[in-house]
Amino acid sequence: MSVSNYEVVIGLEVHVQLATKSKIFSWSSAAFGAEPNTHTDPVCLGLPGTLPVLNRAAVDSAVRLGLAAGCTIRTRCRFARKHFFYADLPKGFQISQFDEPICDGGAIKFRLHGEPRTVALTRIHLEEDTGKNIHAAAGVSFVDYNRAGVPLCEIVSEPDIRSAEEAAEYVRAVRSLVRYLGIGDGNMEEGSLRCDANVSLRVAGAAAYGTKAEIKNMNSFKNVRDAIEHEVKRQASLLDRGERVAQETRLWDPARGVTQSMRSKESAHDYRYFPEPDLPPLVVTEAELAAFRESLPELPEDRFARYTGPVGLSPQDAGVLVADHEIAAYFDAVVSAGAPPKRAANWVINEVLARAADPRQLGGADLPVPPPALAELVKLVEDGTLSGKLAKDVFTRMWTERRTAAEIVKAEGLAQVSDSAALEEICQRIVAAHPEEAARVAGNPKLIGFFVGAVMKETGGKGNPKAINEILRRLLGATTP
Amino acid sequence: MIDVRGASAVALADGVRAGKWRARDVVDQYLDRIARLDPALGCYLLVDTAGAQRQADAVDAAQKAGRDPGPLAGVPLGIKDIFCTRGVETTCASKILRGFVPPYESTATARLGAAGAVALGKLNMDEFAMGSSTENSSAGPTRNPWSPAHVPGGSSGGSAAAVAASLCAGAIGTDTGGSIRQPAALCGVVGMKPTYGRVSRYGVIAFASSLDHPGPFGRTVEDAAALLEVMAGLDPLDATSIPQPVGAYRQAARAGGEGLGGVRLGVPTEYFQAGMDPEVEASVRAAIDELARAGAKIVPVSLPHTKYAIATYYLICTAEASSNLARYDGVRYGHRTAQARSLDELYAKTRGEGFGAEPKRRIMLGAYVLRAGYYEAYYGKALRARRKIADDFSAAFAACDAIVTPTSPVPAFKFGERSADPLQMYLADVYTVAPDLAGIPALSQICGLTQAGLPIGLQTIGPALGEEICFRVAGAFEARTDWHTRLPPEAAR
Repeated sequence: MSVSNYEVVIGLEVHVQLATKSKIFSWSSAAFGAEPNTHTDPVCLGLPGTLPVLNRAAVDSAVRLGLAAGCTIRTRCRFARKHFFYADLPKGFQISQFDEPICDGGAIKFRLHGEPRTVALTRIHLEEDTGKNIHAAAGVSFVDYNRAGVPLCEIVSEPDIRSAEEAAEYVRAVRSLVRYLGIGDGNMEEGSLRCDANVSLRVAGAAAYGTKAEIKNMNSFKNVRDAIEHEVKRQASLLDRGERVAQETRLWDPARGVTQSMRSKESAHDYRYFPEPDLPPLVVTEAELAAFRESLPELPEDRFARYTGPVGLSPQDAGVLVADHEIAAYFDAVVSAGAPPKRAANWVINEVLARAADPRQLGGADLPVPPPALAELVKLVEDGTLSGKLAKDVFTRMWTERRTAAEIVKAEGLAQVSDSAALEEICQRIVAAHPEEAARVAGNPKLIGFFVGAVMKETGGKGNPKAINEILRRLLGATTP
Repeated sequence: MIDVRGASAVALADGVRAGKWRARDVVDQYLDRIARLDPALGCYLLVDTAGAQRQADAVDAAQKAGRDPGPLAGVPLGIKDIFCTRGVETTCASKILRGFVPPYESTATARLGAAGAVALGKLNMDEFAMGSSTENSSAGPTRNPWSPAHVPGGSSGGSAAAVAASLCAGAIGTDTGGSIRQPAALCGVVGMKPTYGRVSRYGVIAFASSLDHPGPFGRTVEDAAALLEVMAGLDPLDATSIPQPVGAYRQAARAGGEGLGGVRLGVPTEYFQAGMDPEVEASVRAAIDELARAGAKIVPVSLPHTKYAIATYYLICTAEASSNLARYDGVRYGHRTAQARSLDELYAKTRGEGFGAEPKRRIMLGAYVLRAGYYEAYYGKALRARRKIADDFSAAFAACDAIVTPTSPVPAFKFGERSADPLQMYLADVYTVAPDLAGIPALSQICGLTQAGLPIGLQTIGPALGEEICFRVAGAFEARTDWHTRLPPEAAR
């Protein structure tokens, strides 16, 4: 047998760091990247006698994420303590949620090869992040507690995912949602979006799930896909040989391209969950929910429907534009500044995205080509002032020199020659200079291109191709194709 | 100059405020008494002489400059070593926290300091507040000032004994199952456990979070009221602290002097049953008669779920303790084992060396209570029983304004008498745990002495946020009796 004989069953747990100013239960900064142990306070260090106080900004983010994913939001829920010992866990327990998560159900919607997919969610809950162990020289480790207490949303999916590729797309969709909502930056490399995968196989058509392995340490979309692909192959070959898949946690090693056993179920933790006594029940009122519902932005899949529907873009173009809300917002701004949508989409996808190092740059204030400037350029092409080829050169100069299209066109005298008298004179001259070719045009209409090229050369590339074509066809008696 | 033996805190503060004496002189007298008498008693784990003198000088400077030195100006206080004090070692009487110097101050001690009170030092206790005799302190026990062969009670034994022996004018402690009231009873002073959340727990080292109640000790009812008025109130650093305005506790304590006309006092039948020491029963019944003569109407009430209180308490408090004590792992602060070859060994050896027998026992019990699959059978059931116990009180308070009971079924016992049998020790809390489970206020005061000269405690329990009625009843009893003026032999020296 081979992989194709099995159905792949994947459930994902995605941890999203919430970009709040301070930590979820204390006052120090939740920002990434500071010197180790400078973003700490007695509470997040778990010093004796300190108490957690809930940061409502984290709750707001979780509620908005839940509403965007169509979850049921609990108007009353609880935090719970999850116990385990590790050096990066200051209190010996993590404040999380157990039997009363803030969000139940819901789904993440996205497209895989253009086909709409819906992956159901089990729940979304709030918890605090742990610190980070830094293993230095052999036998020496340090702990950085800057991350301890940074708010996290854990998004738990149902086992609805059927391939490694789909898993990666799902994670991408979660990141997109998080960025649309502005609740986090979803950066897998920096760890502000992390993903664990539960992977199992079953013989195609079987009702019961197979034994699952949990895969950790996948810190890029590529890692997610590669790790799960590898794990699927590993499990398939075990099953082919009639062996069992062990229920265990496995670590992805991206350098070697393999997953390795980390701990077995027998040594799994008993987390001894119980309700966090230091925090009263968390209450979210119906009025707050209504206000959050009102203020939700247009979400990726709604935008996709709008772009492929009323706006009239192809699904491919729409897919590229909605992937990041900054790109989509940029595109919308170009269109609202007067550019026709299809042309605007081409420009954004082929030129703007090719130059922006990070699509999120498009949300910044200091853009070399802000949306109204691109719209102006598109309009210059539309009204015949610039040829498509020249326009691309102009765009390059706009991006590097930070000048407007009108400035560049004026300064360089780049406007197309559409003056029919001047073009008529040049066309007549060229036709007269090539009597042999002129005589053959009737029998070989493609030859007209030769004359167009010659006239263009004569105008220094500035002649309006449409106008030149018309004049030449008239002079040479060629039919309009 | 005032003689501080038996002096009340509010009288000392009034004298400082009026310029009759200096805070520094008062503080120096207490420091001198501690130096002479505490070696035999063992109340203090740490005496902060320089810090106390500096605070006293600041109070005197404020008074002299015409600024308000605060309602507790110059009142020398002893601080149970469970309260974190900035820059002053705080150990919870545990080896595992030896050397821990908090970079922050508990809200309760910060508020007392801002009111002019002066912290003399840190008081002995049962390790992590686990015990009823102070025998579980890693630093050795505190002795009862009424009889050095007897325990002072616990866990706040150092606090109660220090107040009784006039080694401070007032003290603070914590009450999780009786840890303020039982030692107050055994040492013959006033101890008040307020409503849960009335005093912030920020900076109070957690034993059982849903049961921990910080509160005051005083020589008189008004002293305890004065301290609580300052300690209490909403704290943004404690999400379980309560927003209701703080009551006029001192006024309530003084109002007791005008009698208890119109007050209905409930006496629960379940609290006067087998196991009670006859001298305790006689004194408490006499006290109830005295309260009746003060104008109170005595009504029988029933608290039928009392018999589940001890079991419920030990399920909840061990579960929470096992969680709260997980942070002592040797990684960041406190004791760390000298040699460990792995992280797991670091944990095992650090905790094995750092915790005493009682915390270890409770961590193991609590881990058992919370293990996967048994939550409902133990912790879940205990939470339901806790609700029943609280409902008992609510029902009783429909028929009465406050409830009076003995604080402890027995007077102070001898060292070693109960420590060999944890269950016997746990029963010392039988009358005090229920108000902790219900989160309602309760106060203990002296209502007699045994023939052997050991104090007997009277407990007054009020409804939630009913601190004022507790102080009024206790104030009435104090106004009509002179038990509180008796000084233990140690204090008279």
